[in-house]
Amino acid sequence: MERKTKIDAENGRQELEITREFDLPLELLFKAYIEPEIIEQWMGTKVLKFDCQKHGSYQLETTDPKGNKHGFNGVIHEFVPNKKISRTFEMENTPFGIQLEIYEFEELTEETSRLKMHVIYESVEQRDQVLKLPFAMGINMAHNRIEEIVRQLK
Amino acid sequence: MNLRRDVFQAIADPTRRAILLLVASQSMTAGAIASNFDTARPTVSKHLQILTECELLEQTQNGREVYYHFNPNKMKEVADFIEPFRKMWDDRFNKIEDIMKKYKSK
Repeated sequence: MERKTKIDAENGRQELEITREFDLPLELLFKAYIEPEIIEQWMGTKVLKFDCQKHGSYQLETTDPKGNKHGFNGVIHEFVPNKKISRTFEMENTPFGIQLEIYEFEELTEETSRLKMHVIYESVEQRDQVLKLPFAMGINMAHNRIEEIVRQLK
Repeated sequence: MNLRRDVFQAIADPTRRAILLLVASQSMTAGAIASNFDTARPTVSKHLQILTECELLEQTQNGREVYYHFNPNKMKEVADFIEPFRKMWDDRFNKIEDIMKKYKSK
């Protein structure tokens, strides 16, 4: 099976890198990250606020099957169309802290593009916890709150 | 979640990774393991204790000696642990690709 998505997460570091190549022209890939109605589709969240420019901020919200609402938010620090977005990301009311996300968009051919996400966490422990969430869900079907949030993220 | 005693914390330490490499080829006593490191003996013992508690190492008694073995099954678990995270992102990116392909043809 072809592995299109690559995760680089070195042991003992508080950051990770996610790389993916898309069968999409660069402009379309970038659009998926800045158009609220498209973000709603692939993230499965409601976009409450999305002001995509330097000093702008965003707010997302999901509702789990039990009707609980979960909020996400962040601030945009860098915004270069079709090239780069640097922003913070926070899952509200979770122990995962605030992460710094640096998105780099790159054209490969006219029809293909690449996204590199560099994510920096507050500590090694927090990064490892986030990395392990989907793994923990697979082996532990307990319905705790964090798992519900992650399920919503899927 | 007890981070101190989980596998991922255990392998984050370079000395413990070196111990695992050493023991992977043959089971060894604590003394034989310690002789490969400049680190003080009690420090090595502490590392062995952590690796044993998280089941990356197993102990067997042979007469008066305790031998440490590598547990490959536990290590496999560690090697696979990133896969669900990768899969989650892969699914999400596939979704973007699908949505945007439709968007394009509109």
